[in-house]
Amino acid sequence: MKDLPGQPPVQPRDLDGNPVTPGLPMAMLAEITHRCPLACPYCSNPVELTRAAQELPAEDWARVFREAADLGVLQVHISGGEPGARRDLAQIVASARDAGLYVNLITSGIGITRDRLLELDRAGVDHVQLSLQGIRPDMADRISGHPGSWDKKMGFADWVTEIGFPLTINAVVHRQNMERLPDMIDLAEHLGARRIEVATVQFHGWADLNRAALMPTQEQAAFARRIVNESRLRLRGRMVIDYVPADHHAIYPKACMGGWGSTGLNVAPDGSVLPCHAAQSIDWMRFDNVRDRCLSDIWNLSDAFNAFRGTEWMPEPCRSCERKTVDFGGCRCQAMALAGDARATDPVCSKSPLHAQVVARAEEDAAADTAEFIYRRMKKGG
Amino acid sequence: MEPLIEPTDIPYLPRGVRLQGDRVRGIRVLQAPERAMQLDPIGDAILSELDGARSMSQIAADLAARYNAPQDQIAGDIRDFLTGLIERRMVFLKEAT
Repeated sequence: MKDLPGQPPVQPRDLDGNPVTPGLPMAMLAEITHRCPLACPYCSNPVELTRAAQELPAEDWARVFREAADLGVLQVHISGGEPGARRDLAQIVASARDAGLYVNLITSGIGITRDRLLELDRAGVDHVQLSLQGIRPDMADRISGHPGSWDKKMGFADWVTEIGFPLTINAVVHRQNMERLPDMIDLAEHLGARRIEVATVQFHGWADLNRAALMPTQEQAAFARRIVNESRLRLRGRMVIDYVPADHHAIYPKACMGGWGSTGLNVAPDGSVLPCHAAQSIDWMRFDNVRDRCLSDIWNLSDAFNAFRGTEWMPEPCRSCERKTVDFGGCRCQAMALAGDARATDPVCSKSPLHAQVVARAEEDAAADTAEFIYRRMKKGG
Repeated sequence: MEPLIEPTDIPYLPRGVRLQGDRVRGIRVLQAPERAMQLDPIGDAILSELDGARSMSQIAADLAARYNAPQDQIAGDIRDFLTGLIERRMVFLKEAT
């Protein structure tokens, strides 16, 4: 971190004033736009979406990528929304490669033509991750809220392998498509993917609005785990399967972001820098913007990043838990959503006093007799 | 761990996998789709040999000669290290022509 000449070094502190020591970030999620042709009801973007006019210009992204590389970031995940919704995507990609970053492009595959994909190849995309909402047009198009999405995605996947990019399929699973997980894994293999990420919906933002239509049952969560384990054995050396389980059905919470402010950061379309993509759901937290402050200062000195660093901020039962450096008390945004307190033990943890309530509510949502979605849309006007 | 590579296989880093230095941490890393792996000097030495032309056994012989080490032991170390990376799809194989 930078100190002014003649000034004592600034000591970063958590939200209780305990001294903390920032490490070096490895990965940056660059959400370059919230615009997207799809309307998935579990979108990880916030419910309040940023409009095109507020988006950070490509020149600013180039500076942010240089600052990120200087700070220790090795990989950037260029995402959205749909990153292809920006006409200057290739310029943004090229500037990330110029900064020395490894560039992952995370896309729906909709709206990127073969010519544009060739342009992105020249710009230096290292790896393409393609989202999958379901199997076959009827399911995929209904879940994504975009007629024709399935056919476009399959065409896009063919171009990806024709050009030679490494391909990851990102399959988001929930109650309405989990039975088709074996077919999704087969499809990824058929498309020549090196990896498939099987990610159970995380219930923040849009997904939280759709809990009753998306929450998997206990049986489905067990089924998914068994399919993943069997497929990993069968596909050893041919395709990697990464799996994000249904944490409402787990004993311990997920180690969100590998620990708050420890290895990753997220830059939102308007330039706000977040410790995780859902952090804006913590309503009292204020976030710095790359338009006002350099990334190094934001990472090392901002209140938002320091708030939950280390373990001193933790209340019980986390404070005396042997797993406190394994899962870091779980997800702060989930604690905010379910306990109304961002510093509480993640209520999906079996040690949380709210755990029984959370499980009961998940069971109730899983048994709900609805398939109707509230689709992700930008508000009209404004 | 059942090996995923035979002595005559030619290992190589496929597109999207890069061996590089990390100037901020002063280490060597293997970059791959959504993974960055820190390498120790042995891992770095092995991966630096992957030229897409020599087989695993030729690489083992070259490294054994260079480091004056028993070839069987080096071959075993290379096989286990590369098997782990093949499992993660960070190293690909081609058969000798």
